[in-house]
Amino acid sequence: MSAKLERMKQLLQIVAGDRLRSLVEDRGEVTVEVAAADYFEVARILRDHAGLKFEQLIDLTGLDYSTHADAARAQGKRFATVLHLLSVTHNWRVRLRTFAEDDAFPVLDSVCELWPAANWYEREAFDLLGIVYSGHDDLRRILTDYGFEGHPLRKDFPVSGFVEMRYDPEAGRVVYQPVTIEPRENTPRIVREASYGNAGHG
Amino acid sequence: MAETEIRNYTLNFGPQHPAAHGVLRMVLELDGEVVERADPHIGLLHRGTEKLAETRTWVQSVPYMDRLDYVSMMCNEHAYCLAVEKLLGVEVPIRAQYIRVMMDEVTRILNHLMGIGSHAFDIGAMTMILYCFREREDLMDVYEAVSGARLHSAYYRPGGVYRDLPDTMAKYQPGRFKNEKTVAKMNEARQGSLLDFLEDFTERFPKYCDDYETLLTENRIWKQRTVGIGVVSPERALALGFTGPMLRGSGIAWDLRKKQPYEVYDRVEFDIPVGKNGDCYDRYLVRMAEMRQSNEIIRQCIAWLRENPGPVITDDLTVAPPRHAKLKTGMEELIHHFKLFSEGIHVPPGEVYAAIEHPKGEFGVYAVSDGANKPYRVKLRAPGFPHLAAMDELARGHMLADVTALMGTLDLVFGDIDR
Repeated sequence: MSAKLERMKQLLQIVAGDRLRSLVEDRGEVTVEVAAADYFEVARILRDHAGLKFEQLIDLTGLDYSTHADAARAQGKRFATVLHLLSVTHNWRVRLRTFAEDDAFPVLDSVCELWPAANWYEREAFDLLGIVYSGHDDLRRILTDYGFEGHPLRKDFPVSGFVEMRYDPEAGRVVYQPVTIEPRENTPRIVREASYGNAGHG
Repeated sequence: MAETEIRNYTLNFGPQHPAAHGVLRMVLELDGEVVERADPHIGLLHRGTEKLAETRTWVQSVPYMDRLDYVSMMCNEHAYCLAVEKLLGVEVPIRAQYIRVMMDEVTRILNHLMGIGSHAFDIGAMTMILYCFREREDLMDVYEAVSGARLHSAYYRPGGVYRDLPDTMAKYQPGRFKNEKTVAKMNEARQGSLLDFLEDFTERFPKYCDDYETLLTENRIWKQRTVGIGVVSPERALALGFTGPMLRGSGIAWDLRKKQPYEVYDRVEFDIPVGKNGDCYDRYLVRMAEMRQSNEIIRQCIAWLRENPGPVITDDLTVAPPRHAKLKTGMEELIHHFKLFSEGIHVPPGEVYAAIEHPKGEFGVYAVSDGANKPYRVKLRAPGFPHLAAMDELARGHMLADVTALMGTLDLVFGDIDR
């Protein structure tokens, strides 16, 4: 398997070498990072190059790196899109990551043209994280309610949200009102040192 | 002659339509009875699982996975546990791997019974769903025996499975509605261990499959409703992100259990059934054949599990709780137990994508950790999501009644599409 991965990594270097910001192999998975400007072109090469042939877009998702413990890895940028590609021909996978340049208005190219499967995935990333995909012809919200405001998977969006819904007997309909529950955290988020828990004598 | 304005008729399919398999609102644009455009509105069952997972410890999210695709619960847990294990780099004991494979295949039969049963029900074959639920009942009892819950089992844990297979099965009790004699007959298969019960089921199951095939495979109405409906070419299936039976129905022999084996799938023998025409009928045949293959895998696992006792969860105390007996005497175990259940597992930084061959297709978990006791981000790749996204393309040009046939063949469950 690792010989196969080596071959794929070499191919990636040859085909898109100068466009790759980084190429990392970790836990048997290859991750490629490209600049937003090269994103669409690299995606096209990954799909069309006969030696790579990533004909299937398995997953596309957004990430908000604003509270990540390793802040340096995002190079100061907040939003990224991550693609998981699969080649049925060669039986290998790759992960492609791109950071959007502008944190206030993150925009990336749409890959719908390359993989029609991207359509709903991009709508989802737009809905949940507010990443805009230029070239997408139907960028509506998909998972959240009609008339929803905000992007729930952003790290500054509270888990309990901003509004709640109830039936108002006086108005005779369902109304929205500010949330009445207080957010709480039962287990705090803790980052420990790498050797934590391994006393070495157990 | 006065000019008449002709316009398309817009129809709301759902969100409370019995054939909508849950909560789907689909806006159909019709020209007479022909579908011009289908626009599924999803998210009515959106519970924010991914956001919730970010605020829970790694283990606390396992039960949330059950609630994604709620007809194949253990498979969802499996993908999640694989992702956590890959991040941690822990070894799963071989017995746990066999148990997982066996329960995955039980789940596959459960899912396909539900899929085929409700598919047939949607397009008029009422009997099918009753038969399918009869068999599902036995498998639900298997779920209950291993985990204590019939649906939301939370049986798999990072590092293995929660506990070993039970030696006894729950038995029916006589009461107002069932006398001693009936109960004795119902309890016949339940005298031994779980493995005995499951083995008895696998002996009966091929016969049941024959019954289903008698009902459907050569049934004229069934064929009229499914042959040539929703045809997808292999190239298109790949481009649309299809996986699982949806892809295999179009003739691509792609199965993660064979191509990228996880657990012990490389040690069991089975075939990948493949369709030819890529229509609803072929996908039905693929699912039918898959159930028979799953039955064979279960039998192989049972044979192995009978011979090979052993641990079912890793002995790494930073990942899995210590054995209860040791908890009473060992200080170290007590500390680990306390830290595990108050703070949770600490997962080293990194990102992984773990995928399994879920009954509906490829179920993947993309987990990002920054070293904390909670995930930084969990993305769940649900197989039904791209399948439903292709609904517009599939339904175009078909009749309104075919939409229900398409819904059935996509095998939709909104728990995992809406997350």
